Amino acid sequence: MEVPILKQGHYLIASIQSALTDADLSQLREALIERVGKFRARGVIVDVTALDVMDSFAVRTLRDIAHMARLRGAETVIVGIQPEVAFAMVQLGLTLKGVSTALDLEEGLLFLDQQAKLRIERGTGRIDRG
Amino acid sequence: MADELRIAVTADVDVVTARQRGREVAAQAGFSSGDQTVIAAAISEVARNILNYAKRGEVQLSVVTNGDRQGVIIVARDQGPGIPDVQRALEDGYSTSGGLGLGLPGARRLMDDFDVTSAVGKGTTVTMKKWRRMNA
Ligand SMILES: Nc1ncnc2c1ncn2[C@@H]1O[C@H](COP(=O)(O)OP(=O)(O)O)[C@@H](O)[C@H]1O
Ligand SMILES: [Mg+2]
Repeated sequence: MEVPILKQGHYLIASIQSALTDADLSQLREALIERVGKFRARGVIVDVTALDVMDSFAVRTLRDIAHMARLRGAETVIVGIQPEVAFAMVQLGLTLKGVSTALDLEEGLLFLDQQAKLRIERGTGRIDRG
Repeated sequence: MADELRIAVTADVDVVTARQRGREVAAQAGFSSGDQTVIAAAISEVARNILNYAKRGEVQLSVVTNGDRQGVIIVARDQGPGIPDVQRALEDGYSTSGGLGLGLPGARRLMDDFDVTSAVGKGTTVTMKKWRRMNA
């Protein structure tokens, strides 16, 4: 099950449509990192609304995506973590430390716009100041 | 109850199948959708461990009734290398594969009963249960 990746302006939006195998998740990571460069993306949104569970492999892969994208100059935001999924994640002890999250796609886009504005105001352009 | 389901785990799609079947079984047993997600997450972790450490094994799902309680029982079984130190494997962050080391301890927190039996060179069996009150 390949995850479709849409390009919207300077952003890439990956909308997970169903449960994913570990191989699917790894494939998503490779595809996103490659496309950040190809499309000179400034932001990445991963919409996990349809994900049935977030287990340790999913969390690790999402963290890797965010960190790798940042190294390539793009900010990542994970959107759509459902309340029950969040509950199970907390019980498992899984955190998305260092990864931005937003309630849904709309909030995620707003967040990226704000980040972009901040970068322009600071005059930092694509430079990551961590 | 003789309601029993076995899922062979030999590839990463089987991890998804096992947790989805687990969710269905939990739904049939009357668990809330929150509990279904919790059960599915725990299954995902133990099924992945089978694949990662033993290459193959199986997940067995069943429903039991015990007085006024109904429960889902998950048995994840393999004949892989076994776990030399089960106590350590149950500690948060302990991993021999560079993983997050949260699968076993996390699944234990998600479930009501949790037991790991393992023998080096023979294999590992993880048995976990989740209960609910039937008239609740
Ligand atoms: N079925 C199994 N067979 C052999 N070893 C296992 C099995 N399940 C878990 N282990 C061992 O227990 C450790 C902890 O497992 P877990 O908590 O799931 O963390 P992780 O998989 O991220 O390492 C593993 O690193 C592995 O050494
Ligand atoms: Mg594990």
